[in-house]
Amino acid sequence: MPTIKNLDDLKRIREEALEKKKLKTASGNVQVVVGMGTCGIAAGARETMKAILDAIEKDNLSGISVTQTGCIGLCEREPIVMVTVGEEPKVTYGKVTPEVARRILKDHVGAGKVVEDHKIAM
Amino acid sequence: MRELSLHLLDIAENSVNAKAGNVEILVSEDTRTDRLRMTIQDDGVGMDAEMVARVTDPFVTSRTTRKVGLGLPFLKMAAESCNGYLSVQSQKGVGTRVDVEFRLSHIDRMPLGDLTSTILSLVIGFPQVHWTFTYLGNGNEFIFDDRPVKEELEGISLCEPEVLQCLREMISEGIQANQPVSQISNLQS
Repeated sequence: MPTIKNLDDLKRIREEALEKKKLKTASGNVQVVVGMGTCGIAAGARETMKAILDAIEKDNLSGISVTQTGCIGLCEREPIVMVTVGEEPKVTYGKVTPEVARRILKDHVGAGKVVEDHKIAM
Repeated sequence: MRELSLHLLDIAENSVNAKAGNVEILVSEDTRTDRLRMTIQDDGVGMDAEMVARVTDPFVTSRTTRKVGLGLPFLKMAAESCNGYLSVQSQKGVGTRVDVEFRLSHIDRMPLGDLTSTILSLVIGFPQVHWTFTYLGNGNEFIFDDRPVKEELEGISLCEPEVLQCLREMISEGIQANQPVSQISNLQS
């Protein structure tokens, strides 16, 4: 009955993460929120979330918090992703396919350039 | 929704919206009894008997952003067309439990799909909730409990790349190791 077999791995990872935190202080906290109501899920939000998590893993992006929220009443524009970089105002994106999600991470989170063609005016 | 794991994600979101602190998910695939079962149990606000009776009606929802709820009715219909059922038990102030069952080999049964992504999305997306995920393959059990993981990390974010990789591998390897052989093609992760 294999339960969690990698807790030792996690201990090591935690120590490495602490080391890294010491190296780069306050690199600007990034918050990414994915809309995951029934409407979002039906429109492909889980694949969008997966693309974001995969990119964080693959490109080794530290300091990004990814969370979920329910339906925000813009069902026809799902999948919706909201991005807040540091003290900047929140940007809401619509029709965020996995490909668009990767662009948002690269251009907006990585280089500070808002992906204008998917931005929703709130 | 074309995957049972997407429906699972959808129902678990209901639990979070009902302010659950603890959510237990069970997925069981059993080729011996030819049944596929999913159970989602939470300690959220719960519903009264009247609401439970109406909850699988597509024109009932507790949401305020639109007037039609579609998650449970669709899944109920899918289960009933595969020699299965969907049941909702709930008590106000105690919590809610949803059980859904299919005939595993039914030609119309949706594939389970990417179960790992569903569990990872929930664990990462709602870090304030205590998630327990149990997978049973012909009775062989894999349990993922995120509490010891969070304790081990002591405040390091679940979204750090190395942590993400570790969680993803834990979950997908645990499922794969216990999956009945004939079902492997149904579950990419």
